[in-house]
Amino acid sequence: MPVDGFMYPNEVELQWSVLIVLYPYLTGLVAGAFILASLERIFGVEAVKPTYRLALLTALAFLIVAPMPLQLHLGHPERSLEMYMTPHRTSAMAMFGFVYLWYLMAVLVLEIWLEYRSDIVRMAQSSTGWTRWIYRVLTLGSQNISQGALRVDERVGWVVTLIGIPSAFLLHGYVGFIFGSIKANPWWSSPLMPVVFLFSAMVSGIAAVLLIYMLTSRLRKQKPDMRCLDTVARYLLYTFIIDFTLEMLDLIHRIYEADESFRSLDFMLHTRLYVSQVIVQILLGTVTPIVLLAVPQVVKLPEAIRKRIYVVAGTLTLIGILAMRWNVVIGGQLFSKSFLGYTTYKMGIISREGLLIAIGLLILPLFILWLLVKLLPPWLETNSGVKV
Amino acid sequence: MNITRRKVLMLLPAAAVAWEYVLAGTPEAAPNYNRTQHWWAMLIDITKCIGCGNCVRACAEENHVPEGYFRTWVERYHVDDWPSENPIVDSPDGGKHGFPPNGESGGKNFFVPKMCNHCADSPCTQVCPVGATFMTPDGVVLIDQKYCLGCRYCVQACPYGCRYINPDKKVAEKCTLCYHRITKGLTTACCEACPTGARQLADLKNPNDPIHEFVRTHSVQVLKPHLATGAKVIYNGLDRSVR
Repeated sequence: MPVDGFMYPNEVELQWSVLIVLYPYLTGLVAGAFILASLERIFGVEAVKPTYRLALLTALAFLIVAPMPLQLHLGHPERSLEMYMTPHRTSAMAMFGFVYLWYLMAVLVLEIWLEYRSDIVRMAQSSTGWTRWIYRVLTLGSQNISQGALRVDERVGWVVTLIGIPSAFLLHGYVGFIFGSIKANPWWSSPLMPVVFLFSAMVSGIAAVLLIYMLTSRLRKQKPDMRCLDTVARYLLYTFIIDFTLEMLDLIHRIYEADESFRSLDFMLHTRLYVSQVIVQILLGTVTPIVLLAVPQVVKLPEAIRKRIYVVAGTLTLIGILAMRWNVVIGGQLFSKSFLGYTTYKMGIISREGLLIAIGLLILPLFILWLLVKLLPPWLETNSGVKV
Repeated sequence: MNITRRKVLMLLPAAAVAWEYVLAGTPEAAPNYNRTQHWWAMLIDITKCIGCGNCVRACAEENHVPEGYFRTWVERYHVDDWPSENPIVDSPDGGKHGFPPNGESGGKNFFVPKMCNHCADSPCTQVCPVGATFMTPDGVVLIDQKYCLGCRYCVQACPYGCRYINPDKKVAEKCTLCYHRITKGLTTACCEACPTGARQLADLKNPNDPIHEFVRTHSVQVLKPHLATGAKVIYNGLDRSVR
């Protein structure tokens, strides 16, 4: 294996592959999409309402896939439930299992069910054949959609969202903590890591919903709500600025403190991580979308141009955040903990942790989302029970 | 007490979970060995190491260490002058077959045997999601191979590069301080094979162990002391350049 300088002999083999890059990426999309959804519900940002249900379904689709890369990566996937049966209380990873389960069952599924309950009941009555049975099961036996019952749904849903926001923060903050708490690795070890992960999660989730909303509008041959798009893009810009500030703060702090690991990490940034970190993550994936998103804030642009800007900025954002996860996970393993040498990561193509599986895991949530959208149409005009 | 079938059925899963919890992390030990009366450590005297690689070979043999992975290894340092931050270090095949001449002249050259530090506050134990890695009451960090998920979090958390994933068993492995030997009153395979006595198994709870006299009369150090892991592999003659 190509090693530069000296590495401890057991270090030459990289431990965490591209699948572990996907894990924080997918979880981040979940947390980000949910926080966008809560903007409307809790903070009363009416303009983003057309994305509310879509954002919830997007969050669920990605959350279902999020543990899959972990499962595929484990040496003994059949033992993974031990994390729930006999968790080790001091382990950040063990606690993450509970945060995940809490978030999935107590927040997301519950909120979606409450939001869709009246639709589900109506569809259980209006549909025929096997779909009728699916909706019947989804009603969980409750057919009551009286005004009073719906008011209760609304109130409970509000509370669930309120609990959901800190839960979403916890979900992705925890992922950051898993890395940030490893004192053996100076590239990871930082109290800023959970915060940086959280804001980058919000950035990626908002960008993903923005793109999915535009894409679904196009597929449905509907005109996207421009006021909604502008508002989502504005929130994306604000979050991105906070995220970029935090990341730069981390970088400047490292450069200024220049501790024992600095020369090693600085060398990586100028060599092995130059393309993925400096070019793709910072220039293409962060600075460019921030500038692009800032332009419509200061210059009045026609709708068509704004839409194009959002598509380009959103896509670059998703690439940039994926690069950020790559640089954290893979970058953190390329140097020796002796700070005397560097190794390389060779991604397999068709292996269990290879490129094809990774691509599959990125496409799978979109497929699940497609199914969810078919089952629970998020479009506002279908509230009356019209089937899409 | 009136125990109904319903109560038993309700209690059984809870009891099973509790029993599994009790079983996990119980180390294998020889009869008559009292774990509470020992606190194991290792003394490595760098001034005595000749880089023969006997320890690496003995360990591999004793513990069936897979080829290309190491529970102990030896590093060779060459330091030219001050500042010594950029030493030339190598460890061909973990130093298993000794070291060929490196062609460096001048400066100082020395060997540093490395192994698991059996840290009292070990980061690997802290991060294991299921508690498959645990510390025995006598101060040895062990892995329950029937329990390990192979998530590799511990490998990331070890600052010293002591852990690897066994390519066949797909579980984490590392130095056990030859627990199967020391609990029978023997020393470790590496200590036994060392021709110069550079490695000494030490029992910090035994007041008669020579380790106490040694640390009182020598300038000793552990690896990466700033990480405060409570490392229990104590080095004599550790140079500033060693990482």
